[in-house]
Amino acid sequence: MSADLALYALGLGDDALIAAQRLGELYASSPEMEEDVALANIALDQLGAARLLLGYAAELTGAGDEDTLAFLRGPAEFRNHVLVELPNGDFAVTVAKLLFLAAWQRPLYARLAASGDERLAGIAATAGLETAYHLDHATQWTVRLGDGTPESHRRMQDAIDRLWPYTRELFVADPVARRLPGIAADPDRAEWTGTVEAALAEATLRVPGEAGVPAGLDGRAGRHTEHLTELLDEMQRLHRAHPGARW
Amino acid sequence: MSAGWPLWEVFVRPRRGLAHTHAGSLHAPDAAMALRNARDLYTRRQEGVSVWVVPSDAVVASGDELDPAPDKPYRHPTYYSVPDGAPHL
Repeated sequence: MSADLALYALGLGDDALIAAQRLGELYASSPEMEEDVALANIALDQLGAARLLLGYAAELTGAGDEDTLAFLRGPAEFRNHVLVELPNGDFAVTVAKLLFLAAWQRPLYARLAASGDERLAGIAATAGLETAYHLDHATQWTVRLGDGTPESHRRMQDAIDRLWPYTRELFVADPVARRLPGIAADPDRAEWTGTVEAALAEATLRVPGEAGVPAGLDGRAGRHTEHLTELLDEMQRLHRAHPGARW
Repeated sequence: MSAGWPLWEVFVRPRRGLAHTHAGSLHAPDAAMALRNARDLYTRRQEGVSVWVVPSDAVVASGDELDPAPDKPYRHPTYYSVPDGAPHL
């Protein structure tokens, strides 16, 4: 069971770590300085959750630590959902990605706060509080861009449409979670849909039709896009050049 | 770099019973976002229990009418000698 629990914590931790890395890339290049600070804060929240989850996963397997897991794995060993590894692109894409992720993380962490595993419950309780702010921030921007100028509306709708197929993966039954009754939690698709559709409605945006996960991809099984390889090249560069480097 | 967002003045009330004091300023597209940006920039470490944001152009500032008149030195208490034995005067 502890191997499954480690794998489960790893999946959640990888989602947070890769999301943090993508948001961190925007540091000093957001549309405005105030937005730089907001996105950096969110990136740090995600990084904090990632450290706790990866640290716990490493403890459970008895091999290595959070750094080993972050810096010494290749793309096929990462368990994050494909959604979080997609490139930043337009600011609207970053906003849509954050909306989809936070609407998923928030209720999931809320359920995991009551997990039968005390450590996981504690981590989820802490991280869950922060995701409320992430969701609010993403919602505020979705509404402003969607219900803004014709240009911002078009770009926000384009981002929603482009990312929509990748959200399907967030609700594909996870075999690892299945083996952890009372400890893992199922993401609540109805709540996610309600949250996202309410934001899109306020933003005068159209909800895209049903779409499948893009062929061949399954983040939780380690099947990623080439974007993850590029992201890891950047994220792991220092550690590869100076193994065991410490700040 | 700036898309021309308006400037807002941020006032933070550090504790109940105290007044809001000016903390700084920021750019934001509207009042709701100004409050959120203020949270990130000025109250991230629980500095306050309440925040006001005010459009900077709604603030009317004093000019030089508060400067002391240099030709009226008698307004300043500089012509008294302090008697011995009254060190705290």
